[in-house]
Amino acid sequence: MRTWIEKQRNIIDFTLSSLARRKGKNVALLLVYSLLVFLLASVMFFTHALRKEASLVLQGAPEMVVQRMAAGRHELIPHRYLDAIRSIRGVSGVHGRLWGYYFDGVTSANYTLVVPEEAAPAPGHIAIGQGISRSRLATTGDMISFRRYDGTPDALIVQDVLSARSELVSSDLILISEQDFRKLFGMQDGLSTDIVLNVRNAKEVPTVAAKVQKLLPDTRPIMRSEILRTYDTIFDWRSGIIVVILSAAVLAFVIFAWDKASGLSAEERKEIGILKAIGWETSDVLLMKFWEGTVISLSSFLAGVLLAYVHVFFTPVVLFEPVLKGWSTLYPEFRLIPFIDPYQVATLFFLTVVPYTVATIVPSWRAATIDPDSVMRS
Amino acid sequence: MRKSTVFFLCLGIQAILLLAAWSHSAYERTHNTGGLTETAEMVRTLELTDLCLFTEARYTRNLSQADRHSPFQDHPLSFEHFPSGSLVGPPAAVRGR
Repeated sequence: MRTWIEKQRNIIDFTLSSLARRKGKNVALLLVYSLLVFLLASVMFFTHALRKEASLVLQGAPEMVVQRMAAGRHELIPHRYLDAIRSIRGVSGVHGRLWGYYFDGVTSANYTLVVPEEAAPAPGHIAIGQGISRSRLATTGDMISFRRYDGTPDALIVQDVLSARSELVSSDLILISEQDFRKLFGMQDGLSTDIVLNVRNAKEVPTVAAKVQKLLPDTRPIMRSEILRTYDTIFDWRSGIIVVILSAAVLAFVIFAWDKASGLSAEERKEIGILKAIGWETSDVLLMKFWEGTVISLSSFLAGVLLAYVHVFFTPVVLFEPVLKGWSTLYPEFRLIPFIDPYQVATLFFLTVVPYTVATIVPSWRAATIDPDSVMRS
Repeated sequence: MRKSTVFFLCLGIQAILLLAAWSHSAYERTHNTGGLTETAEMVRTLELTDLCLFTEARYTRNLSQADRHSPFQDHPLSFEHFPSGSLVGPPAAVRGR
């Protein structure tokens, strides 16, 4: 065993010296390889953590939301729909939900205004999310001005700023009283934005949804399961930017592998020829090439994965921030909980380390099996 | 020092860091869930339906509540032009899954 270890160490020593002789090329290779793994691992970590967090947080979302549609668009829903839905067997806790969007010309940002069902702010007061607090430089006790639907100004006092820890859902929220909400948007009593309902038996939710649609054909029920599924498609590999990142990364990797698999440089062939001539076995040459591939790919893989972890979970995800922000002027500052899928890391390992190592060995095997004299002469 | 010793030392350090990252991830998942609980509670009490990820357009703010044809809402031939439109795939029902 000791002899075997010593043999491996000698071969590794030789491999590292051989790599050091082509320092520039190999350092560049190491950097590009690490960058490639970093990019792929960052996307993987970020999307998995975001999806996981969305699935946990949105478990408390309404069981079913019923929207009224008019000409294919979301319309305000009259309260008489509440009675119709209430009559469906198995339905419990039906009520109208008041929420809407407000475009603030001062910051060019869209706010989401919500009237809480419980503990709504007193009339004339609002609670704001951290994002609004930052962009409007407003905090508890300050006044924020709004423009009503008819153009008349309105000023509401900030009674609370929502917690920074919940920014992933509340950054752009304004909690407002029903009275102020209706005044701001000119919404009449007897109308709501949509309807929220609960179903006694969770297994009956799809049946109730079908009954709602049959009873009220101009409505669109949205089940919690659909809300949760929405976030499964976020950063889906088929979505634009991910396709671009993945195809660039895959293309770069194919070029790497192709460069390796298409043959060795004259210098490398000569090296193999000399090694064979001085008594190295074909298996020793292959072992050397195996270690060469392992040194490069394993070091790059570990460095790339570690950097991606730090990037996603310790920094504000600088690489994705501009993409996520898009044209938004209000963006939540959130730190994701590091949910990691070991299966994904293993997949990344087998898709990067293994093909590269194999691509290094194959051409070397071809060179090592030819007569050393002809290899050196060629 | 032999080159192989330096290599294994570097590999060992990387492996330890990876293990530390793994432990950090496990620790955060079990001990630092206060923010997650608070957020989930806020979602429940305020009856929220979406994450506040893309505030650039109203139909990207509440993805699950948007009209099915919202990318074309400005006019029938208006293609989606907000950057976040390239980050979200179509709903599972539309893809026929």
